Amino acid sequence: MRRIVFTIAWIALGSSSIMAADWPQFRGTDGTGVTAETGLPTEWSKTTGYRWKTALPARGVSGPVVSNGIIYLTASSGKKDDRLHVLAYDYKTGKELWHRQLAATGGTNCHPMTCMAAPTPVADETGVYALFATGDLAAFDADGTLRWYRSLVADYPTITNQVGMASSPILADGKLIVPMDNAGESFLAAVDTKSGTNIWKTERLREINWVTPVARSTDGRTPEILFPGRDGLSAYDSATGKKLWNLKGVGGDIPTPTVIGGVVYAPSRGLVALTIENGMSKELWKSVKLSSGMSSPVIYDGIVYAASSAGVVNAADAKTGESLWAERYGQKDKASASPIAGDGKVYVFAEKGLTTVFKAGRQTEVLASNDLGEEILGTPAVSGGAIIIRTDKTLYCIGK
Amino acid sequence: MHRLLSGLLLVMLIPLVSLAEKPLVADALAKIRAVSREGQGNEAAAKAWKDLVASGGSGLLPTLAAFDGANPIAANWLRSAVDAIVQVEAKAGRTLPAKELKAFIEDQSHDPSARRIAYELFATIEKDASKKMIVTMINDPSLELRRDAIASRLEKAEKNEAELNTLFAAARDKDQIEAIAKYLKKNEVDITSHMGFVTRWHVVGPFDSTKGTGFDKVYPPENGVDLNATYIGKKDMKVSWKAASASYDAKDKDYAIVDLNKELTKHKESAAYAYAVISVDKETPVELRAGSITSIKMFVNGKSIFARDEYHHGHVMDQHVGRATLKAGKNELLVKICQNNQTEQWAQNWAFQLRICDATGGAVPFQLVSPEAK
Repeated sequence: MRRIVFTIAWIALGSSSIMAADWPQFRGTDGTGVTAETGLPTEWSKTTGYRWKTALPARGVSGPVVSNGIIYLTASSGKKDDRLHVLAYDYKTGKELWHRQLAATGGTNCHPMTCMAAPTPVADETGVYALFATGDLAAFDADGTLRWYRSLVADYPTITNQVGMASSPILADGKLIVPMDNAGESFLAAVDTKSGTNIWKTERLREINWVTPVARSTDGRTPEILFPGRDGLSAYDSATGKKLWNLKGVGGDIPTPTVIGGVVYAPSRGLVALTIENGMSKELWKSVKLSSGMSSPVIYDGIVYAASSAGVVNAADAKTGESLWAERYGQKDKASASPIAGDGKVYVFAEKGLTTVFKAGRQTEVLASNDLGEEILGTPAVSGGAIIIRTDKTLYCIGK
Repeated sequence: MHRLLSGLLLVMLIPLVSLAEKPLVADALAKIRAVSREGQGNEAAAKAWKDLVASGGSGLLPTLAAFDGANPIAANWLRSAVDAIVQVEAKAGRTLPAKELKAFIEDQSHDPSARRIAYELFATIEKDASKKMIVTMINDPSLELRRDAIASRLEKAEKNEAELNTLFAAARDKDQIEAIAKYLKKNEVDITSHMGFVTRWHVVGPFDSTKGTGFDKVYPPENGVDLNATYIGKKDMKVSWKAASASYDAKDKDYAIVDLNKELTKHKESAAYAYAVISVDKETPVELRAGSITSIKMFVNGKSIFARDEYHHGHVMDQHVGRATLKAGKNELLVKICQNNQTEQWAQNWAFQLRICDATGGAVPFQLVSPEAK
């Protein structure tokens, strides 16, 4: 009897260690790219170190997200890249749960590196919200039921960005926040998660922009939506969409800001650390060296890690901006995916598939270099002690 | 006896169930087809979508048929419903109706994208038959089916000139056209003609477009073109129409480009117009497909058919598509191309290309009948 109880307890413990914690949006729950999980993997390859891998039906540069034991993913395919895919996989097995397709209703021209599946979807316990670079926006329940669909280009026909859009939607204050900075009608909108209709829609500068908005709460209740653009960093009231303030000197185009401990770390010709109260900002420090090209810097245990487009990780003190170390993360390669951090490690993903695992800290230490040999452009997710990496061909659940 | 009665009752009920399903499916499809802008109709459509998927296989063909004439928003509701219905059928261990799908594919009056979906489903259950079918579809209205058909025949056609000519005539995608042209040793003029480019224009400019204002400003050519007119252009310079020919540059395969920097000399923050008169035999619906790395408007017979205000985000053939109906006889084409103030080396191109096509991208026959400028 004792043995049975022990066995049951062991199984329960064992299974809890691989429970899928949520990573519901671009750069995780709080949009920082940092996880509190432990037991994360250090070494892997194309043939070792993963729980499962699944061939993907099409390419995408969006990241996977995880909610309620389901991994959601977007992809795009076709001669004109006009076939859009939303996919759901079982976290434990990698088995495809469902696959829904849409036809692009907006333009599909873009830089060859990107594609129409560029924005990372966002999920909650009820399902997933997928935005594509074509302006197609859909919500699916966890079982694949279409809850609603919008063609933002049908709604607002001047929307266009022939370099390709990539800003990801987020969930904040119970609303789906949809960024749509482009060369035509530009806006930030809050969409009702149940019906897909607009709650508010606030005009933005007509300029292309690839930044994902982030939410922060200054009063413990109502989130502000921070959204940098070519005309500065703006904050919006999540309840009404009203623009609260704008900081002209803090621009944005690709990397996304991080909010940690009341400090906003905003990529802007390098990285600037600010405190902002009611639109009044105080610059704590600024570092041109922490420029991060296409990826967003990660701030972990008091240190900033920025993967430059020259293939170098620059680490700096998060309080002072003082440079700590610099180390290469790939051979003649750069990062589009944003680094992630947790369990005392920082993971930097080079485009050709090499992940360099650094020991987090004030000195350089490379723990491992793991090459999947397949393109990694989307920011991976962390869930249940595993790293979920989507390459151009394969979905990997990497971990013990 | 009880068993017999139950069996009879069941047999009698089956048609009733089928009859009951049909209005349910029709009602669901009507609600889905009613969706429109900004999420209008979403809530009714969501319930209808569930009903439709719950109908299973009986809803498949009606859903595909409902693509006909559906707006693009509704078409995506339908597309995802097809995926879900197929999943329901697979889970229940039921086979999709091959005969009905085949008939649907063969009926070209149906929406091309729905026929393509039907073909993909048919191919999962009738692999050999689908292969036999695809080779007959080189002139299909569905560009995806046409492309696959041409690809399947091109593999075996390398030395068969007659077959290659047939495939060349059918090809619509640039890469396939160029691949077949290579076998046939066709030159860039042949390809340009095959694609329906307009190769001779009259151009005038620059007009002022400081801070992008010229895009919306109506300059005299938009009120009617007189090739002998002289206008007041940017900085009060006098500008008049001049003939301009598209260039042939086989090196980069950008067909029939009119380089405005060459024709009008380089100007920033400027607008220019290009004009051509074409003649067609009969009233013809067309797509005017243009490539331009800068902001562009297209007009047919004085009516605006397309506008895109975007600068230096890439030049791709056919990136701008305007739709119009040409009248029998002469038709005036006017294109407005603006240049902005960017100073980067990569932001200096000021050029366009334009072709006249049917909905598949096939050239519409026309004669260039522009009068001569003074």
